[in-house]
Amino acid sequence: MTTQNAPASFYRTTEGLGVWPHKGKVAAVGIGHSPTARRWDGTPENTMGANSILALRRAIEDAGVSPDQIDGLVIDPVTTTGAHWDAGDPIPMDVVNYYNPTDDPLDGIAKLSCEWLLKNMPELTNVKFTMYGTGCMSHAIVVAAQAVGDGLTNTCLVLKSWHNLEGRYNQAGVSAAEDVSGSYAIGPGRTIWGPPGCFGTALQFAEYCRKYGKSHDMMAPFMANSRRNGLLFPEGYWAQHRPEQLTAEDYLAARWIAKPASLFDNDIPVMVSAAYLFATAERAKDMKQKPVYILNHASSRGTARSLTPTLDEIQAETGSTGRKIFEGAGITADDLSFENMYDGFALFHQFHIEGLGYRGMKFGDALDFYQTDISIEGPNPVLPSGGNIGSGRSRFWMHTDCIQQLQGRAGARSVTGVKPEIAVSGGPMPMGGNFTVWSASPD
Amino acid sequence: MVKQGVIPDDLTKPFWEAANEERLVIQNCTACNRLQHPPVATCRQCGSGDNLEWKGMSGRAKIYNYTVVYDTPIRMLQDNQPFNLAVVMLDEDPGIQMYSHLPGTPVDEVPVGASVEVIFEATANGQKVPEWRVAG
Repeated sequence: MTTQNAPASFYRTTEGLGVWPHKGKVAAVGIGHSPTARRWDGTPENTMGANSILALRRAIEDAGVSPDQIDGLVIDPVTTTGAHWDAGDPIPMDVVNYYNPTDDPLDGIAKLSCEWLLKNMPELTNVKFTMYGTGCMSHAIVVAAQAVGDGLTNTCLVLKSWHNLEGRYNQAGVSAAEDVSGSYAIGPGRTIWGPPGCFGTALQFAEYCRKYGKSHDMMAPFMANSRRNGLLFPEGYWAQHRPEQLTAEDYLAARWIAKPASLFDNDIPVMVSAAYLFATAERAKDMKQKPVYILNHASSRGTARSLTPTLDEIQAETGSTGRKIFEGAGITADDLSFENMYDGFALFHQFHIEGLGYRGMKFGDALDFYQTDISIEGPNPVLPSGGNIGSGRSRFWMHTDCIQQLQGRAGARSVTGVKPEIAVSGGPMPMGGNFTVWSASPD
Repeated sequence: MVKQGVIPDDLTKPFWEAANEERLVIQNCTACNRLQHPPVATCRQCGSGDNLEWKGMSGRAKIYNYTVVYDTPIRMLQDNQPFNLAVVMLDEDPGIQMYSHLPGTPVDEVPVGASVEVIFEATANGQKVPEWRVAG
C-alpha cells in the first residue's frame, strides 16, 4: 500500500477548537541535518535521497534510539525548490540503480516517497505508519504531531528534503513556452503577465508601506539580523558556503526582482534535508536529548477573493492564525520567549508576527520594531534561527532552532536576553501554513 | 509587449471568445449574484456549478496596486524588463482583480487609485487578451 496524504482532519484550521487534546503529550527529541549544497552535483552520493537518509540516520542517533524502535515516518514527498525535471530529460539510470528504486525512477532524485526511504534504510524494520504532510516541514510536523498524539505511532521520524538542479528558478517548463492554456494565462500563478515568485508578497508589502507610512529600507535591520543569526547556524547554507554578513548597504544596493522586493528579500534555493524524531512524551523522557513538548499545532487555509490577497485579507488571516495558535496551546502572546515565524519571503515576516501580536505588536508596528534591539541577546528576539534569509530555502530552520533553543543546544545562536521556555514556528505563507508551539515543559 | 500565446480550454473558452470580440466577461453565479475571477468550475461561495454564467463588464476599473518587474521567469517578456505589473479592481466589484502591464504608463510612474479602461491586445498566437490603460 502506498503512503497517503494526511486527511484534512489532521489539521486544526478553525478557531474555537479549544486546547489541543494532546497538549504536552508529544515531544521532539532528535534532530538530523544533511549538509547543504547550492545544487545537485549529479553524483549518486549527493542526491536528495542520500541527504534524506543521512538526515534520518542522524536524527535517530541524536535521539539515542535504535532504528527498530521507529514505528512511524512522515515526510513531504514534494522536494523541488522550483527546479524542473522536464519530461524527456534523460534519467541517470546509474544514479537510480545506485539505490533500491521504486517504480518511479525520479524517486529519491526529484521527488521522494516513504517507500523509497524504507527500501533504502533496511534498518527501519518496524515502521508501520507512514503518511505525507505535503507542502513543507511545517505540514509534516503537524501531521506527525497529530499522529503521535492520536496513537498511530509512538516513535516517528519527520523529514523534509529539497532538491535543486541546474538552471534558474522557475524559468523552465511553462515559463519558456510559446503558448499556454487559457486557465493558466489568467490564473493566480505566474500567468502571461510574468509575475516572479515574490510578486504577491511585493504587492502586499507595497500596500503595507503606503497604509502605514513605512519604506523598504526599514527592512535592513531585520535582514542583517537574520543573516547574522544564520551565520551562527552551522547547519545552514550561508554558514557552510558563504560566511558573509549582509550589511544594510548590501541590502539597499541589491537589484530589484519585483520592486519593492529585491534580490535579498528572496531566499536562496538549496539542496538540504532535515529530520526530527518525535515521540510520545512518555517515551521521550528516556531518550538522549531533552524533550521539547508540543503544546499545539494550528493551520491557516486562507483564500483570496481574486488573483492575489489584499492586505486586509492577509491581516484577517494572520490575526486568526495567532488566535488559533494561542487558543490551542492555552497561552497568550506574552508567554512567547521568542518567535520563529517564516520569512521566505522576507517581506512577509511582519505579517506573521503582527498577527501573533508578538511583544504587543499591532498591525503596522513591525518595521518600527525592527529598528529596536531584535538580536538574540536582547529581550525581544526576532527570528533567532535567521530563517530562510539566514540559511537558505529549507522552510525548517525555524523549527530546528526552536527545538535546539529549548533543549539548550543552540550554541552561539542561543538566545540570552530571554529564558527559552515557549516558542512558536511555522509557515510558509501568511494566507496558508502550519504552525507549532514548542515548550521546554509539558504544561 | 507581446505575451505568451493563449490556447483556450473548456473552462475559460467563453472568456477568450469574448476577448476576441473585444468584450470583457467575468464568471458570475446567478444564485449568489457574485462575480468570481479567475474562473473555476463551481461557485466559490455556494459550491454549485449549475448557476454560473459569463457576465459582461463595463470595462472600467481602478488601479489597486503594482510592482515593477525586473526579473520575470517568463522568457517571452524578459527583453521588455523592467515593466509595470499592476492589479486593477473592477468598478462593478472591487473584489475582482485583473493583471495589467498598463501600456502607456511609464515604468514606476503608476497612479495608484486612478481609473483605467479595458483594451484588448493580441498575444503571440493572435488570441486577444484584456489589458488596461489609464483613462482620460
